[in-house]
Amino acid sequence: MYHVWIPNSSEELKKDMLRYIGRSFDELIEDIPRELILRRDLEVGFGRPLSEYELIRIYRSYMDKNRKPKIPPFMGGGLCPTYIPQVVRYLASRGEFYTAYTPYQPEINQGILQALFEYQSMMAELYSIDVVNASMYDGSTAVAEAFRLAMRVTRRKAILAPEIMNPFYRRVAETWIEPVGGKIIYYRVDRGGQPDLEDLEDKADRETAAIYLENPTYLGNIVEKPEELKNIAGKTGSLYIVFSEPTSLAIFKPPGEYGADIIVGEGASLGLGLNYGGTTLGILGVRRDQSLIRQLPGKLVGMTTDLKGSERGFTLILQTREQHIRRERATSNITTNAALMAVQAAIYISYLGMSGLRRLAETIARKTRYAIDHIYRRREYMNLAIGARYFYREVPIRFRGDYGTIYRRLVDQGIYPGIRLDPLLKGFSNCGLFCFSDVHSRDDIDLLFESIDKVI
Amino acid sequence: MWRQAKWDVEILTEIDNSTARGSGPEVPFTHQFKDIELEVPEELARKTEPNIPSLSELEVVRHFIRLSQMSFGVDAGMIPLGSCTMKYNPKILDALALNSEIEFLHPLQDEDTVQGLLEILYTTERWLAEIVGLDKCVFQPPAGSAGEFAGALIIRKYHLDRGEPRDEMLIPDSAHGSNFASAAMAGFKVVKIPTRGDGCVDLDALKAIASNRTAGIMLTNPNTLGIFEKDILEIAEAIHDIGGLLYYDGANLNGIMGIARPGDMGFDIVHLNLHKTFATPHGGGGPGGGVLCVRRDLIDYLPRPILVREGGKLRWDYSCGKCIGMVRAYHGNITSALRTFGYIAMLGPKGLREVAETTIINTNYFIKRVLEKPYYELPYSPEKPRKHEVVLSAKKILNDTGVSAEDISKRLLDHGVHAPTMYFPPIVDEALMIEFTESEPKREIDRFVEILHRIAEEAYRDPSKVKGSPTATSVGRLDLVKANHPKTLAPSTRYVRGEGGSR
Repeated sequence: MYHVWIPNSSEELKKDMLRYIGRSFDELIEDIPRELILRRDLEVGFGRPLSEYELIRIYRSYMDKNRKPKIPPFMGGGLCPTYIPQVVRYLASRGEFYTAYTPYQPEINQGILQALFEYQSMMAELYSIDVVNASMYDGSTAVAEAFRLAMRVTRRKAILAPEIMNPFYRRVAETWIEPVGGKIIYYRVDRGGQPDLEDLEDKADRETAAIYLENPTYLGNIVEKPEELKNIAGKTGSLYIVFSEPTSLAIFKPPGEYGADIIVGEGASLGLGLNYGGTTLGILGVRRDQSLIRQLPGKLVGMTTDLKGSERGFTLILQTREQHIRRERATSNITTNAALMAVQAAIYISYLGMSGLRRLAETIARKTRYAIDHIYRRREYMNLAIGARYFYREVPIRFRGDYGTIYRRLVDQGIYPGIRLDPLLKGFSNCGLFCFSDVHSRDDIDLLFESIDKVI
Repeated sequence: MWRQAKWDVEILTEIDNSTARGSGPEVPFTHQFKDIELEVPEELARKTEPNIPSLSELEVVRHFIRLSQMSFGVDAGMIPLGSCTMKYNPKILDALALNSEIEFLHPLQDEDTVQGLLEILYTTERWLAEIVGLDKCVFQPPAGSAGEFAGALIIRKYHLDRGEPRDEMLIPDSAHGSNFASAAMAGFKVVKIPTRGDGCVDLDALKAIASNRTAGIMLTNPNTLGIFEKDILEIAEAIHDIGGLLYYDGANLNGIMGIARPGDMGFDIVHLNLHKTFATPHGGGGPGGGVLCVRRDLIDYLPRPILVREGGKLRWDYSCGKCIGMVRAYHGNITSALRTFGYIAMLGPKGLREVAETTIINTNYFIKRVLEKPYYELPYSPEKPRKHEVVLSAKKILNDTGVSAEDISKRLLDHGVHAPTMYFPPIVDEALMIEFTESEPKREIDRFVEILHRIAEEAYRDPSKVKGSPTATSVGRLDLVKANHPKTLAPSTRYVRGEGGSR
């Protein structure tokens, strides 16, 4: 059957090629046991090849069953809606980038390699850390790999993580480290969203591979003394892992400046969009320390010269860490990563530039503050779920009434409020985690709170 | 004669900020919040200025267009990388995956608001289950390796639940490197199974090695030599008899899709690479899409959430009785899943089979043509038809001329053709692993054969020319010693500046 995606599928051409081969097609598959040969058509698709137009019609008929919100969603939890500038979309959809393979042949892929090197370098600038790899799948797996990395370097098994750790990341990290004997011990966080240092001191010991911090926390607040955690880690010879929302680092102190050994992040906010949770970008980096660098998972691009030493060039480096060479002794099994997302993030950051990035972060911080003022004016039925002083982008709201009902009524009106923390985080019943990002206008935020007033 | 573009493109983080004094694009709604106090106290504020320039829009466009011109994708030319399945990425599929509607969908939004999307995911999942001959699939693993890891975790949990923890995973010596790494990550001891002279798993060795410590086997079929494991039914029986499970690495499915199904062969768990068999783009390294499929009695072990239909509605089931947990947050790489929906729909059942049929014909046509001249050899049963790929050896050329498989690969680049996978699988000396998929026209395959022959002849005539290649690419061979040496390592401009200090 000829198909326009399969050049040699015309019957005549296939016949010619088989004649040249000197065998029939059945002879080419004669080593497959007869009883395994499928004697019927697969029951897939719509029974016949569709034209593009028919496909689009069917796609639309499905997608039209989705409900569209009136205004951009306020759902947070580490992923917030964001606008993708057209220039970012355009450049990231260049076929030379998106139809390329991993640049194992550097000479023919200098462009992708430089773009990835620039991504690594820009992330290193933002997080104030020295080495950032060429991407992990997403934030959750980047955190899991950071934990595994710390376990390998320290040869210890325990990770200390905040009790308000992103609950999805928590489940992923537990899944990833449990088979190799790792365990996560959760330290207390006080009512102001700050790590309980006494509890941490109690729990940290010579078994602690790393202390993990999310800053801003999962609940959106800024941790005010993050360097204290470094001190505790230092006393027990543990590593310090910090997860940060990258845009926040345009205005807040970056993890590298308060002692992080390993940094982690989720890059969806860098012009990638939500994509229903995938495809996003995992950011993972380490301090300049050869033992950390040697244990870093994933691809890494480095700068070098050609053999004559006369021209600059880029290539994948330290590949002996990786599965295709080291096999069962590799630092990770990761092969395919999120390279195009890293390139897209690099394009987004260079489009905004440092000035644009700072203005973006400042505006988000101001919006967050503006939303908090709305909350304060409604103290009779809502309040901040944690009494922190500073928030960035996300705010947890505790409602006096049943948040499930409020949530449902708002969704029915086309306003998607904060995600329900109820089933996700212990001690946060009737709480929603709201996000205020670049896409929300003052009117949107006003409408959200006015709508809450009406349904409460 | 092909020449790749060559631009001197400044590194963004090295641009002198005094020459790039823009202030970036307008940020939405900034003016509406000017009156709100910015609360960033001194002690929490960023003090250092990142070296990120503020350029005009055109400068950004030129920067990345120039970089794109120094990159090489399937849209520009052939990428015959074995086991990578670099097929054409149909353009219409981008329209399904990349649009403002998808970009604004939050993974935790109410299921009632995304029934249409869930219908597409569920339908695609059903199709994939039918293609592999198993019962239930999840899109959660973000790539093949993550699917392998999840599959290995299922095997581990399955045995633990039966009260007989087993610690050995059998893997053929020809397997993809990620199989070994995934099994190790799941806590297994890897036991290698040798390959027989005919290129198939050594069944006798397998039977001798398999024991009550064997948790399972990870296999790809066709294997990395492109050969169908003809003893697969016996292998399955041997493993099942001792209580083990069979894991199918779907990287090589392209050669049998619609012709034979892993589930029918006896595999219990399968992962698929959407960025291989189902034409989602490889993105210069990712993102891809792993899909994990299992037979009915293993559904409880799948990572959560899984998509279920209840009372006419689709919802995510997070309940985790026996489940292995969660291998990544949320529901997987949805953009890849959407493209897969379109790919299958536009090919239809006959088109999917045509993919495998044409792929097999392409491979065997190439083998016959390339072996017409006496340069390259085909180890392991040269008379046996290959499926999705073929592994040639350039050992004879190396012995005769000193020109290696790597030199040949580099010389290929000079012809505007990407190199094959080199030095893999490790059981073939001077390996060149070649896969055309269904996408390459006969004309291109013919040209590729001619280029391979020409390079071999060049190796005998003027080996230094091959060794000095490539010259038509934007840069020549790179100094990999310098690139990897601790003293000259340069993984970021910050690292090179030495701001982080050294230890």
